[in-house]
Amino acid sequence: MRHVISVLVENKFGVLARIAGLFSARGYNIDSLAVGETDDPRFSRMTVVVHGDDRIINQVKRQLGKLIDVIEVKDLAPGRYVERDLVLVKVRYGEDNREKVDSIIDKFHLEITDIVGDSVILQVVGEEEFVESALEELKAVGIEDMARTGTIALDKGAG
Amino acid sequence: MPKMKGAQILVEALQREGVEYIFGYPGGAVLPTFDVLYDAPLKFILTRHEQGAAHAADGYARATGKVGVCIATSGPGATNLVTGIATAYMDSIPLVAITGQVKTSLIGNDAFQEADVTGITRPITKHNYLVKSAKELPRVIKEAFYIASTGRPGPVLIDLPVDVQLQEAEFEWPESVDLPGYKVVTHPHPAHIKQAALMIAQAKRPVLYVGGGVVTASAAEEVRELAHRCQIPVTTTLMALGVFPTDDPLSLGMLGMHGTGYANHAVMEADLIIAVGARFDDRVTGRLDTFAPYAKVIHIDIDPSSISKNIPVDLEIVGDAKIVLQELLKVVEKPDTSAWLEQIEEWKRKFPLRYKDDPNVIKPQYVVEKLSELTNGEAIITTEVGQNQMWAAQYYRYKYPRQFISSGGLGTMGFGLPAAIGAKVGRPDRVVIDIAGDGSIQMNIQELMTAVENGIDVKVAILNNSYLGMVRQWQELFYRRRYSATPIRSPDFVKLAEAYGAKGLRVTRKEDVVPAIKEALETPGVVLMDFVVEPEENVFPMVPAGETINKMIMGMA
Repeated sequence: MRHVISVLVENKFGVLARIAGLFSARGYNIDSLAVGETDDPRFSRMTVVVHGDDRIINQVKRQLGKLIDVIEVKDLAPGRYVERDLVLVKVRYGEDNREKVDSIIDKFHLEITDIVGDSVILQVVGEEEFVESALEELKAVGIEDMARTGTIALDKGAG
Repeated sequence: MPKMKGAQILVEALQREGVEYIFGYPGGAVLPTFDVLYDAPLKFILTRHEQGAAHAADGYARATGKVGVCIATSGPGATNLVTGIATAYMDSIPLVAITGQVKTSLIGNDAFQEADVTGITRPITKHNYLVKSAKELPRVIKEAFYIASTGRPGPVLIDLPVDVQLQEAEFEWPESVDLPGYKVVTHPHPAHIKQAALMIAQAKRPVLYVGGGVVTASAAEEVRELAHRCQIPVTTTLMALGVFPTDDPLSLGMLGMHGTGYANHAVMEADLIIAVGARFDDRVTGRLDTFAPYAKVIHIDIDPSSISKNIPVDLEIVGDAKIVLQELLKVVEKPDTSAWLEQIEEWKRKFPLRYKDDPNVIKPQYVVEKLSELTNGEAIITTEVGQNQMWAAQYYRYKYPRQFISSGGLGTMGFGLPAAIGAKVGRPDRVVIDIAGDGSIQMNIQELMTAVENGIDVKVAILNNSYLGMVRQWQELFYRRRYSATPIRSPDFVKLAEAYGAKGLRVTRKEDVVPAIKEALETPGVVLMDFVVEPEENVFPMVPAGETINKMIMGMA
């Protein structure tokens, strides 16, 4: 089962390496890992997406919790959090496919971030599944390059 | 406040942490620190290899319960510590390792004797630090000792660039540590204690399975009280030998791959396993899906990640073993285990721990038995790894925790001699004997010089079978006796001991075993005993790798 784990860590060098190292050393597969500073510059939040059965997920959480630089580990409950992926996609934007690309832009509310010649960079934002569908359609018209963040997530409600 | 150099801050901070002994080896990147150590009140012991320093600090920590400290230079000095650090990590031993590093401006430049030591040691330390300014040092050292010694202990490494050792800063000793990401749960949930008591009261075939966490928590007394009051038999892991006296009628000895037949049968038939500070390691469980099929499991451990890792658990209790057991003792009621104890007595009669003695050759088990008798079971025993380790575990009759010092998790050959040195430094009142093999003793034999030079009175008993015995045993049993790379030649150990300034004794006849041990024990100073033993003796019982633990090859045992 897919789990989105939110990890609050000390914002120090080496922390990312510790966490990445833990996953590789213990053989846990991560789908994605995204890191960024929080409003408090002493801390960063990592969002880790992992697949595994209960035993594995339990181990992942407990092993993360053991790291000295990890302050809090939350396994976000389905439906109780907001998640987003962001993708920048460079797509060919020529006479022959312009109409098709425009229709995808409209359908998925994509933002055009740059146009140079016959090339456009689109921004796709949304939940993983939404992003995947947009990318699927864009593939058909010709993706030239892309860069993607991992999933970031935040749990709903106060606190 | 007067300013001090980083190296002075380091040494001052070590003293404030109560450090008395440091094991190590100097080098370019730690010169400023050694300059301060030159006239510091700390006792520095120069080993002959950095690996020896790490194992000696580890042996000191295991024998005393204090934090062991070792120091080495950058690059090769630090990488030579790595095996020792990993050994301590696997057995949860509190260790602070200090390494020199090239100067800050050169880090990452492939400088002379540079290695990314925090990177290399990240997976084998509980935590590590690269210190970038002298001002941070007091805090870092305070934290390092705190992290190393609390919760589930482990090694902490401090990498200290040479310019930081020279940098001046004010010495500000923090009163407490502030680590928001490090919380240790020591007190159990009262509801869990109640439930544990209920499970124990209802059990008919309970077994206490205790591990190294009981040693760390100094909870041997509580284990003994729980066992006696509730009449529950006790099996210990390799790490916990001595926690429960071998001679106690409730003792099952060690379980697992080379555990006793009765311990393994008891665990397999148990209806309740109370695991305390043990982690269901693969050498203990054998085949996982058939392990202890009838047992409910209560798992008491300070490290939540150890619980439900290998074995599904019915009741998790996170906490300090001593505190948990004290709470449990307040409410626990004795179950009726009389029929169970009779069954165990029958297994003890049917599957005793034994070997086939022979008047014409020296059996290694016989040597260990005699060492046990002639030291009245009171010596601190360190071991190397292999058959020597298992015979030392099986045939010495331990009485106390911290009496058996061995690399359990990592299984590090070459551990025993330097660990014996550290143990003797920490416990000069005790006889310390390294039970070794002819293979593994050669991995850190150079530390004989450290012992002799510093008057550290350790004894070494080599069970010399001219093989890498444990590997040979596997080859005999599972690889059609194709002894690939396991016959091993050794130097003349007596001459070698003498060359180092120690006494050497060679024993080739059974009737000379006892006199030789007596002579070694009566001779002050370092004595090496070379027992030429039966070459193809095997360690039994043995559970083949991946087999259910009651499917033992018994041999004669």
